[in-house]
Amino acid sequence: MNHWILVPIILPSLAAPLIVLAARQDIVLQRCFSISSTAGMLAVSLFLLGQAISGPPQLYELGNWPSPFGIVMVLDRLSAMMVTLTSLLALLVLLYAIQAWDTRGRHFHALFQFQLMGLAGAFLTGDLFNLFVFFEVLLIASYGLMLHGAGAERLSAGFQYVVINLAGSTLFLVAVGTIYAVTGTVNMADLAVRVPLVPEADQGLLRTGGLLLLVVFAIKGALVPLHFWLPRTYAAASAPVAALFAIMTKVGAYSIIRVFTLIFGDGAGEVAWLAQPWLIPAALATMTLGMIGVVAARSLRWLICFATVGSMGTLLAAIGVFNSEALAGGLYYLLHSTLIVAVLFLIADQVAQRRGDHGDSLASASSYPQMGLLAGFFFLAAIAMVGMPPLSGFVGKLLILDSVRASSYGPWIWAFVLGTSVLALLGFARAGSQLFWKPSALPAGEAVQEEVALLPLIAIALLLSGIVALTAFSGPVTAFLYATADQLIDPADYIAAVLNSRPVPAQGL
Amino acid sequence: MEYLVATAVGTLTAVGIYMILRGRTFPVVLGTALLSYAVNVLLFSMGRLVIDRPPILLLELEHYTDPLPQALVLTAIVISFGMTALVVVLALRAYLESGSDHVDGEAAEGGNRE
Repeated sequence: MNHWILVPIILPSLAAPLIVLAARQDIVLQRCFSISSTAGMLAVSLFLLGQAISGPPQLYELGNWPSPFGIVMVLDRLSAMMVTLTSLLALLVLLYAIQAWDTRGRHFHALFQFQLMGLAGAFLTGDLFNLFVFFEVLLIASYGLMLHGAGAERLSAGFQYVVINLAGSTLFLVAVGTIYAVTGTVNMADLAVRVPLVPEADQGLLRTGGLLLLVVFAIKGALVPLHFWLPRTYAAASAPVAALFAIMTKVGAYSIIRVFTLIFGDGAGEVAWLAQPWLIPAALATMTLGMIGVVAARSLRWLICFATVGSMGTLLAAIGVFNSEALAGGLYYLLHSTLIVAVLFLIADQVAQRRGDHGDSLASASSYPQMGLLAGFFFLAAIAMVGMPPLSGFVGKLLILDSVRASSYGPWIWAFVLGTSVLALLGFARAGSQLFWKPSALPAGEAVQEEVALLPLIAIALLLSGIVALTAFSGPVTAFLYATADQLIDPADYIAAVLNSRPVPAQGL
Repeated sequence: MEYLVATAVGTLTAVGIYMILRGRTFPVVLGTALLSYAVNVLLFSMGRLVIDRPPILLLELEHYTDPLPQALVLTAIVISFGMTALVVVLALRAYLESGSDHVDGEAAEGGNRE
């Protein structure tokens, strides 16, 4: 067994208590632990990604209990990619946060590490119930992070966030219970084998369970009509937290991909492609509502929140077609939209800090320090978000549009993606001109911020260079993603890796 | 027995859903607690309802009760207990900070919504 598979989960879960217990008083020490743990996680996940690219899916059986009875972790291309994306995003967000944000409340770094543990676990687990457990781990940490810095607005939004996720967790348990009742297993690969064998009489329960899972993941992925929690939560959260949360909606997307290709995929008999008729209409509505929100938003943060919702719509519409080209396009868009949403939240925070009382509201105020630089950042990020050439948003949307041509949903997806892109373009152009163009004509106000914090700007620049790299290397990236999508659509390797394993023989200690 | 358990789950769920749709935080907290009870009982019955059987698989035993749902319920109870504690504290803090126990932060008399 390859013990490295566990490291992305173990490392942050060791760093977090260390930070709480050993470094509670010393913020510098906390930062050191936090950065080194996240950097270590990135290194290990890159190593795992290399292994996943070159080999078949790998299994890790905890405590050497034979699968499908024990708890299993599975490393395949998708999970390796998601863990790498998470740790890369986390490292850059951390770089942003250590300038000032982590001192505005207690235990930022510990919660951050626990969040990473939950995320890595959710991506690596091969077990439906464990997916629930890791969801809870990442949610508990996210509750703490969301409230970081406190304040009445944050607390009130936090309460709603917690309650909707509690309701989601309850539904998750109901779904897992129902599926277990008709199949007798919670191991995902084992489920994939057993679902086609479910007798006729139990098909109704199985469908119910499967669609309840879709509802749960749709809550996480902010799919209309379950998106209401997202804008207020992300707008109320502090900037680095909102940027890290860019990966949280992708957890929902990941779970939809995993469950509805592996368990309810091609080989599922009567429940094959169970999610498709529900997912695509909901995704189209999500796209529309999100981008209308972008046009209507009154502050930059709300605009980004709605752009997040809209981009989830584009992503899930591509996933909902469930063929390997569309899935590859969707995954490319997933990489892109995670990075771009994060960088937009960070830019919005930099702008808000410099505008004093005006904050991030979309009203013109006097100019402020480094406005040109921030305007440049925003311009690049907005181009990528809207999907204008030459950046990765364009490549992503092009891949999606090209891949859905043959599908019967193709014309709808074309119409909605192109239409909402125009709306997004309008919204972002309006925001940019209010925030950056008009103030340059007004006389300069007194500087709100005396010294320039460099690290946040470096973090933003690095995230943006990630976007540029994703565009420049889109050839190799898409080649990798096509292979990933093939592995997902035909999960025989995954199932074989989980079910045909032999426990390691016991050795004397 | 099936009827009793099913009615209990149904009632708990119905009351729980009603409660989480209320406007003030305290009923919402109670509602999430009730929902978690409902789901725990439901999970428990997922291994089928059996009386007086050991929860263990042995070769000489012909009838046993499924041990896995019991383990799942135990995990779910721990998690939902922790969550309820958290949401109580959160509701209390939100009330103390904003002077309102409405879930949307609408002001009660003397509240100070910005």
